[in-house]
Order: sequence, then C-alpha cells, then structure tokens
Amino acid sequence: MTSVPSQLEYTAAHEWIRRLPDGVVEMGITDHAQHALGDLVFVELPEIGRVLEAGEACAVVESVKSASDVYAPVSGEVIARNTALEQTPETINQDPYHAGWMLRVRLAPGAAAAAVLSAAEYQTLLDTEGG
Amino acid sequence: MAFIPHTPAEVREMLDVIGAADVEALFDEIPPDLRAGAPAGMPEALNEMQIGRLMRERAAADGTTLGFIGAGAYEHHIPAAVWAVATRGEFYTSYTPYQAEASQGTLQLLYEYQTMIASLTGMEVANASLYDGASALAEACLMAVRANRKSSSRRLLMPATVNPRYRRTAHAITTRQGLSFEALPYDAHGGILATDALDAHAGADPTALVIQQPNFFGRLEEVDTLTDWAHAHGMLVIAVVNPTSLGLLAPPGVWGERGADIVVGEGQPLGVPLSAGGPYFGFMTTRREFVRSMPGRIVGRTLDAGGHEGYTLTLQAREQHIRRAKATSNICTNQGLLVTAATIYLSLMGAEGLARTAAASHARTGELLNALTRLPGVRAAFPGPFFHEAVLRLDRPVAPLLEALVREGILGGFDLADDYPELGPALLVCATETKTSADIGRYQTALGRLVRDRHAKP
Amino acid sequence: MQSREPTIFECSVPGRGATDQWPQAEPAALADLPQRFRRKQPAMLPAASELDVVRHYTRLSQRNFSIDTHFYPLGSCTMKYNPKACNQYAMLPEFLSRHPLAPASHGQGLLACLYELQEILKSVTGMTGVCLNPMAGAQGEFAGVSMIRAYHEARGDHARVEIVVPEAAHGTNPATATMCGCTVREIPVDAAGDVDLAALRAAVGPRTAGIMLTNPSTLGVFERHIVEIERIVHGAGGLLYYDGANLNAILGKVRPGDMRFDVIHMNLHKTFSTPHGGGGPGAGAVGVNERLAPFLPVPIVGKDGGRYRWLDERDLPQTIGNLSAFMGNTGVLLRAYVYIRMLGGEGMRRVAEHATLNANYLFARLKALGLDAAYPDRRASHEFLITLKRQAREYEVSAMDVAKRLLDFGFHAPTTYFPLMVPECLLIEPTETESKATLDAFVAAIGRILTEIVGDRERVKNAPHGLPVRRLDDVRAAKQLDLTWPGTPAADSVAG
Repeated sequence: MTSVPSQLEYTAAHEWIRRLPDGVVEMGITDHAQHALGDLVFVELPEIGRVLEAGEACAVVESVKSASDVYAPVSGEVIARNTALEQTPETINQDPYHAGWMLRVRLAPGAAAAAVLSAAEYQTLLDTEGG
Repeated sequence: MAFIPHTPAEVREMLDVIGAADVEALFDEIPPDLRAGAPAGMPEALNEMQIGRLMRERAAADGTTLGFIGAGAYEHHIPAAVWAVATRGEFYTSYTPYQAEASQGTLQLLYEYQTMIASLTGMEVANASLYDGASALAEACLMAVRANRKSSSRRLLMPATVNPRYRRTAHAITTRQGLSFEALPYDAHGGILATDALDAHAGADPTALVIQQPNFFGRLEEVDTLTDWAHAHGMLVIAVVNPTSLGLLAPPGVWGERGADIVVGEGQPLGVPLSAGGPYFGFMTTRREFVRSMPGRIVGRTLDAGGHEGYTLTLQAREQHIRRAKATSNICTNQGLLVTAATIYLSLMGAEGLARTAAASHARTGELLNALTRLPGVRAAFPGPFFHEAVLRLDRPVAPLLEALVREGILGGFDLADDYPELGPALLVCATETKTSADIGRYQTALGRLVRDRHAKP
Repeated sequence: MQSREPTIFECSVPGRGATDQWPQAEPAALADLPQRFRRKQPAMLPAASELDVVRHYTRLSQRNFSIDTHFYPLGSCTMKYNPKACNQYAMLPEFLSRHPLAPASHGQGLLACLYELQEILKSVTGMTGVCLNPMAGAQGEFAGVSMIRAYHEARGDHARVEIVVPEAAHGTNPATATMCGCTVREIPVDAAGDVDLAALRAAVGPRTAGIMLTNPSTLGVFERHIVEIERIVHGAGGLLYYDGANLNAILGKVRPGDMRFDVIHMNLHKTFSTPHGGGGPGAGAVGVNERLAPFLPVPIVGKDGGRYRWLDERDLPQTIGNLSAFMGNTGVLLRAYVYIRMLGGEGMRRVAEHATLNANYLFARLKALGLDAAYPDRRASHEFLITLKRQAREYEVSAMDVAKRLLDFGFHAPTTYFPLMVPECLLIEPTETESKATLDAFVAAIGRILTEIVGDRERVKNAPHGLPVRRLDDVRAAKQLDLTWPGTPAADSVAG
C-alpha cells in the first residue's frame, strides 16, 4: 500500500538512503514511517558538521501522538540539512522521498552503510510487520 | 460508610450479573498465601462530626502567630473571591484536561495563566506549572543542559545566594543524571555575587548560571551584568524570581542585553495560603526557541472542527505518556488547583494591585528594619538595595530568641545559622503588606525585652 | 452549544480594577530602589472588577466535566467522590496560615496528623518506613528509584543501573528510570496479561537495579505471577518497586509489603480521594522496608517521647535528600488523613471490595452488549480494558470516536489508547462511589453508541455535538503554536 521506490536503499528502522556522487548519501524517512506517525508537526535536524555514527539517533520527527528518533543509516559528516522542514514538516507526509529529504551525509572513509536493505527486502520486512 | 452507595440488594443483583457467589470471589486471582488480614493498629472509623471535632482541636492547639518569616513562602492578603471560585467543584474535582472538549474551562484558564506569567516574567512562553519553586529550579537545570547547544557539559554555576532549600532540591533531583553545581561565593560585605570575581568560574564550560532575584538575603543582584557575563561565556541564564516582586522589579526577560533564558519561581505568593509548605506551584517560562525542551503540560489555542476557537493540551509528544524513557521529564500533572487560584488572584490584582502589594511589602520590611535596628546589638547585615526581605545581624545566638518570641506568638524570622554559619548570629526577616505598624511595634517591643536582658532565657 | 467565553484580557478595561483587594499605594516606599532594578513596562495583567473576574471564572468552570457534576470513569486515575469534609477540615485557618518554617513547637497538632498518617500508611501497605513528601505519583517514583540506586551504591554495587519495566506500564515508569540515570529494559506481558516470566528471567542479571510493577497492572488484572517475579528479581540481586497507582483495588486485601516489594509509592489523590484539582496537586508518599529506610527523602515526622519533630539529614545521613522546598503538599496530606480516619480499617476493605464489584459488574454488562474484553478470561480488578479493534475494522470508528460520543451523553470518557500495546482500547474505572444506577445509565449510553456505529456512523465520528467546542485540531495547535494571548506584550516583549 505504501510506496517503496526500487532505486533507493532502506533500513529496518524505516529510513531510506539515496546514493549521490562523491560518496554523499541523502536520507529521510519512508512513506511507511510517515504514514505510521501521522501528520508531522515538527522536525529536529542535526547541525551541519556533526559527525554521525551509523545507528545513532540523529534527528527527531514529531507528530501530535508521537515523537520518534531517526537513526543515522550511515557513518559520516552532515553536509546539508533540509531546513525547509522546520517551517513545513508536512512536506515529509506529502513527499517523503524527494522534497521531504532530511539530511545529506558525506560517508566516512571506508564506512559501509549499516544493515542496508534493498527495496525488495524492505518490502518483505513491511509485509512481515504488517502481517 | 466509606461513601459507598450500594444497598445489600443491589450488591446481590450485581454479583448475580457477574456470576460470582460473593464479593470475596472477585479476589480469587490473588494468591491465597499473600492475603492479608485486617491491617493492624488501624484506628476506628470516625463520622464527619467526630473527625471535625478532632481536626478543630488540633488546629486550635497550633493557634496562629504573627509572622515575620519569608525565606521562600510569603503571607499575602488573599482576596475572598480567589478560593470561593477555585474550590468550585467543576475546577476542584476535575482532572488533567485530556478530553479537551469536556475541559475547556480548565484549558482556557491555563492559557490565560500562561499569558499572565509569561508577561509578568517578560518571557515568550510558559508551561502550565510544575510542583513548586524548588523542583521547578531542578527541572530548569535539566532543561538548560538539553537546550544549550553551545555547551556539552552538565556543570552549572550555583550562587550561595540562591535559597539553600532550592539548591538542595536541585541537587537531589538532578544528581542521578550527572549534573553538578559549582558554588559561587557571595561578597561578605554586600551579600550579593561579586561581579568582578566571576571569571575564575568560567573555565570548564559551565552550561548555565542560576541567578536569584531578590536573592535569599533579600538583596538585589546586579542581574544585567551577571546575565551579559554568562551569555558572553556561552552559558544560559536561569532566573529564580519572586512573582510579587515582579510587580516592581525588572522582569528576567529584560535582564542585560538578551534577557534570561529560563525563568522559574515559587507561585505561592500569588493567592496561595502558606499551608505549612504546600501545595504550592512552581512556574516556568522561557524563550520560544526552547519550548520543546521545556517540561510539563502546555496549553495551546486552536480551532475546532467547525472553525471555532478552542483550547487543548499541545506538544504532548515530549511527555512521559508518549515518549516514555525519552521524555523531557517524568512529570504528569501540573498543580492545576493552585494555578486556578493564582490566575484569579492575578486577575483581581492586575498590574497595579500587584505593584502596590510589592511596594507595601517593601515598605513594611523597611519599617521593620528601622524598628529592629534601633535595638541594642541588632544591625542590618548588608548595606545596599534590597527588596521585601533582609538580614539582621545580632550579638547573640538567634535560636533562643526565636523560641522566646514564639512563646509570645511571634515568628521572628528565619535563623541563618545552619545554612550560613559564616555570618555569625543572623536572622532573615520579612514583613508583607499584611503587617501593620502596630504589629511591627509589637515585634520590636518583644525583641527589645529579650535583647536588653543580657541573660535572655534560652 | 454555548457561545464563546472571551478571555479575561478581552474583559479588561484600562483604569478598572478590583481596588478593594489592593493595599494602599505607597510610592514613597520605593525611594531606596535604584531605577536600574525597576520594571519599566507594567506587566500586562487584566484590569477587571471583582464581579468581572468572578463571573468569568465561574463561567469557565461551567465548561468542565468534574466528579461533582459527571460520572468520570477515567481508567487508572481513580476519579471517585472527594468528600467535602476533607476539604473543610484541611482548610481550617490555623492550618492554612502556618508558615512552613515555623518551629515544630508551634504545630504539634498538624504534626500529629502527619505522623499518624505515616503510621497508618505503613500499616495498610506492610512497609516499615514512610515519607509523605513527594508531591505527585511521578515524584514518588523518582524517590523510590533514587533510593534503589542509593542502596546499590552504598553496597559498592555500582553496575546496577537497569530498571525492568513491563511494556504495559505507565509512561512515568520508564521516564522516571531515565531521570534517575538508569537505562530501561521493557519486557512483554503474555497473552493472559501477566508478565512474561521467560522474558523477565532473560532480562535480569548483575546489571539489574530493580523492577517497577503496578499490581493490579495497568491492564486491569492482578499479576498472578507476583511470587515468582519476586523470586526472580530478588534472586538476581535487584529490588522490587511497587507503583501504587492501583493500590485502591487491594486495600485491606493484600499488602505490597506481603508481596515482598522493597519500595512503593502511593497516589494519595487516587486511593485516598484527595481532589485532582484540574491536574494537581497530588501527593505521592513513599513506603520502604528496612533495607531502604536509611535512604528515605527528608523531612519526615518523628516522635520523641510525646513530642513530634521534623527529622532531617542530620537524622538520616544517607537520605536521597529534599524533593521540595519544604515538606511536600501538606494540605493534600491533611485531606488524605481526614479521609482515612473517616474510613477506618474496615472502610478501606470496603473501598477495595466495592471498587472491584463495580468494575466487574460494568465489565459483565458491557461484555453482554457485545464489546470485546482485551483479556476476556480474566477477573477485572478495580478497572478493565475493552478493545474496539473489531469495531474499528468493521465500521471504521475508533476508540476516540466512542470516547467523544460518550461526552454527549454526559459521561466523561474512559482512558483511551492506554496501555499503548492494546489497540483501540478503553480503560474503564468506575470507582466504588458510583451507584448501580449510574453504571446502568453508562451501559445504556454505550448501547446507543453501538447502535449508532451501525446505523448513524457519522454521528459518532463527528462527536461531540453538544459541548462548548467540537473536536479540536491538534495538528494546528502543535504546528501553529499559540500559547499566549496576542493582545499582550507577552508575545513580543523579548528582543529577538
């Protein structure tokens, strides 16, 4: 029911990543995640320059009924953040994979993305969780 | 009895619907080995007339006194309308406004309270209150650690001029999360923080400076200088203030160039009786940018499904019932009833009434100081501006004098011997607008008899 | 529908005031106050007459549901009748005017009440020490877990920083653990609503500081494995914390001390019926057994010979310290004391029995209407859990819809969506002070709502219809934060 674009990679914690040139990845939360959270009212993003460890809590997405940590899917340095989300968090609800991107991270040298899933694998995960 | 309306016939009928032989059967899931008999040593039940008599006798045994103690709790006049309205059952016996549509009264009142306390402290946003002033300071310290992005430390600067009870409470509540407090000494002559000796404490990246105004001695700190100094060193400023004083004193929101960052205090002076220490309420206000780091309930104005204005709890995702282990605090309730009283109090007083209360309290304290320092061996401890509370130095231990005064029905002040032994015999006194010149004269006469007697009875 | 009640700020007229409540103006008094300390702009407070104020807040009060006006079956909150005598005798002028720093010699009557309250609470709970200070249940929890940590540290057992919490627990439990610097291990409950013992065994070990349990649990059932849980946790070197949110269900029936809990808190505002005041004040007294007694918060009322006095850190050098400026919510404690003395031991037992009777009766009636119990094979304690999962699937109505529609029938809604693990749930606690007739009327209202769900669904989904406002836009409230009335400088008083 929710969208899982095939060209992206995913984590079990419902983040997506898109690989950009020069060892940079873009990330956000999945359509499934935004749907589960409901209307987002607030997004808190890390500062530019912060060095993330894969798996650490790096951002918060807040709806009326919940506030959830977003975990860094990769290790690396934050080089860009989607500050427009601070005014219009609903963009994540409307367009989680494009306009609703959250961070761009330059991968640490030799860093592998932690436990990344393919679109098919993520879809299987959703099917299992939903069942 | 026990306020249970059931008739025996109804009990029987209900058990039949349940399909239980007797009431005891309803407890059949409790392991029998654990079952208790009747609690031992429990007094017999009293009816309303009997308990009324007992309570009146105990209250009468305590009697009333003429009080000149402040030290964090202040006797002010409470308009009759305050508790007449606050104890209406609709306020008194409702609960946290989870069902907003059925709680618009409480919610609108809290929104009005937030507006008043934010304005009084000169800040942008307020929560719906915390337990008391001391625990509010503890929460403010935890909040400052969350909110200050410039500092990663858990160290705060805590002046010795902050109420010692607040310091102890802040320590007890925050120590388990690794917060530590560096004590800032006060100038022994002035009774305020020495602003020229501050830089020695700016190393080691403290995250916040606490400033109490008026300080525990009643003296006025140089809040503008202190605030600017803290900000220049990357610290947040936590202000601890007396709400009555803000009728006349500069609100923390305008201290220094940028104003304080978090403001807390004891709400008791705003229409809440002394009540032997509680229930009171703590207030907390802050900058809008820190609102998500603020603990406690917050009420917002919004629209309903028909486009009409209404009020609801908001930003609840920070709170324990949703965020659980990651919540800003474990606090559930505010002190709703006390805030109800305070909101009515502030509405009746208005800016002018509050300013007059502050001025009259200050005037009575000045009169009290004049009267008492005329006595031999009694002098003012700290020269310089003070507000509505002050320290006296005496030439003999304070405790026996206070005991002797109590026997005459006078609470003479707060003995500083335990908390500030370096001051020698010292007494913190306060007179609010409730005291008359005759009251002050009575205190002067009683104390005069005691200090003129070189061998005052212990 | 009632019309909008303007804010008090809109009722204000510059130059008006409740002048009879003000002291005389004394401008000369401020001569010694240098200008730099003075307020430049007056606070923007209301300017209204006494009648303006009384009428405004009386009208606001009429926009509330309350126990005095409505059945209020809010699960886990124990909204029972608050006897008027408790208020009246706690508010005698001598008690109200007592300064907290007045010496104990002038306050023996008050201290006698508090001392006796401590003793009675020990007896009722089977604990050996009690401190009345914590100002709410959550602060009682904080005191309890702080004492657990202090206990382990005093023994040099510094690794014990994990608190085990069942997933159904109140959110305050994990939040408290965090405030005490602990990490939280959540464990599941089994299909029958009891703690999953295998998961508990796997969770405990040398890092376990303790477990926090509510019993009867937040699922509205008695934890039947309590004896085994006690063996497992104590066997692993951890302590047992009793969350007293539901103590009213077992008063005089089973004591936390006999279940071998080491530390408990009691919500006096629930079990002992002090008023909830629109969200406080509460009182969260704590009780401990011998091993935690040295760590109790201060002050505590002690008795030397025939005289009462406050015990402080000089008497309890290992205390976790002060949790408030003075001695907690004394006025609430007096109300609880009056209530308890009116009950006596026998009355307490009757409280538990009739709370349980009312819950099981209402439970049986609602099941007969076709509602699904979350734990159908269990006895209800003083409250029970209904799940509307089936109605949500078949008719697309939520537990919240039913809760809102109940308001139209003059009933406060039960607790909704707690515990979080049970989908579309209603946690219903009728309390012992409600009559059978009230419970029957509630059943009738639920019956009508179930009919509406099938035949007039929009009526339920759009409820409430007869209250001062319709359903409120929470998303707007959180996104377009409006926390102060814009007509005052509160919104723009601070330079950016």
